[in-house]
Amino acid sequence: MLGSVIRQAVSRQIVRNAPISTTAVAAQTQATGEKKESPKKPTIWKIDEHKRERLANFGKYAAECLPKFVQKVQFAAGDELELLIHPSGVVPVLSFLKVSFIDIILTEPINFQGNHSAQFTNLTFITGMDVPTRKNRLEVIYALYSVRFNARVRVRTYTDEIAPIDSVTPVFKGADWYEREVYDMYGVWFNNHPDLRRILTDYGFEGHPFRKDYPLSGYNEVRYDPELKRVVYEPSELAQEFRKFDLNTPWEQFPAFRNQSITSGYETILETAAEPAPAAPQNK
Amino acid sequence: MLSALRTAGAFGTRRLASTQAIASNSEAPKGIATTGTPFLNPSSKAEYALARLDDVMNLAQRGSIWPLTFGLACCAVEMMHFAAPRYDMDRYGVVFRASPRQADLIFVAGTVTNKMAPALRRIYDQMPEAKWVISMGSCANGGGYYHYAYSVLRGCDRVIPVDIYVPGCPPTAEALLYGVLQLQKKIKRKREAQLWYRR
Repeated sequence: MLGSVIRQAVSRQIVRNAPISTTAVAAQTQATGEKKESPKKPTIWKIDEHKRERLANFGKYAAECLPKFVQKVQFAAGDELELLIHPSGVVPVLSFLKVSFIDIILTEPINFQGNHSAQFTNLTFITGMDVPTRKNRLEVIYALYSVRFNARVRVRTYTDEIAPIDSVTPVFKGADWYEREVYDMYGVWFNNHPDLRRILTDYGFEGHPFRKDYPLSGYNEVRYDPELKRVVYEPSELAQEFRKFDLNTPWEQFPAFRNQSITSGYETILETAAEPAPAAPQNK
Repeated sequence: MLSALRTAGAFGTRRLASTQAIASNSEAPKGIATTGTPFLNPSSKAEYALARLDDVMNLAQRGSIWPLTFGLACCAVEMMHFAAPRYDMDRYGVVFRASPRQADLIFVAGTVTNKMAPALRRIYDQMPEAKWVISMGSCANGGGYYHYAYSVLRGCDRVIPVDIYVPGCPPTAEALLYGVLQLQKKIKRKREAQLWYRR
């Protein structure tokens, strides 16, 4: 009895609400309908076009404000904003994205505005990338998050084995260990870092294991020596080499992406770098 | 041994009652007498006495194996399950200790890295004698998934001597429980007093 009453009430409410909600949807579609309809892609991730446009505008604005450093603004995987910058501009760009920092800005010739439309106050991570075929083989990637606007941006820059990058610890205190990790794994040197040493690998470790030319099994292994009564390091001896099964399967695994190039996931918004920015770190 | 003495009294009486129950059924496991001892053929009176001494020592030791937690990876979670009420390791007298000085056993639960290896050895050295090692999971047994990695020890037996290897990735709490029971079996065969006499 009670259940049926409730059910009736609920259904009436739904009926009452229904026309309002449909009009709201109609209004929304009308508002977004002016933009060109993108072809429906078979993907689970729904891209919020409005948000994407805001991000694109912000990317253009950032490139306008920092023409010396931002070389390219692009979207990765649909709606992930990326700023590709010159390595000398890491600190200015990140401080621009975070908030106006007078002490950092004073050292720079460009007149920075306090950028309150961004507020990327959270440094999500810093990581590296190694592409040996490039002239500047190493890349350093900074991911930022704006808590205020629920927006993310990635800042990518490049270097080689020798040229240092400025540490962003003056801007983000949390960058300390991330930079240590990038130094440990890729061997990127960070200038002005308070305590740049290895963080993950063994004490006395040599080499940078995430570089592509580092062998999977490394060079040394450890064992306990009962005569010396301590753990000793020895050149590693493997009873069997690592086997990589590179079998051609008769099934094509990703037929939908058969003809796509590796850069097809990126969509350029803006490209400003006609020539490399001034004071390029020349090694050798 | 310290822990063994502490629980020997309580465990001993219970044990006695159970052996009597077995004796009344007159069916004992193969190779073991109704009294539960594996040492059946003493050649002299002294050997007989020492065999009984061994029996008592082994009984006490296997009834109170106190392990040291050495959780390094996901195996540690299964190790915790073994401690939790469903598998309840305490009913075998297995109680976690946080200090190597109080431990008889060490569960190496997880991936031992090169950086961790000296620490593992040091912890093992700090344990008092009559100590055992259970290597838990593929990584501790032989490197497992990380066998070819540059930073991982290819089996914790390169650093410390292992008594029981528990396979699995990770082994279930039940498998670890079985490993502990196997270790108890192993302790049962220990003949320290008899060997001392022979020497």
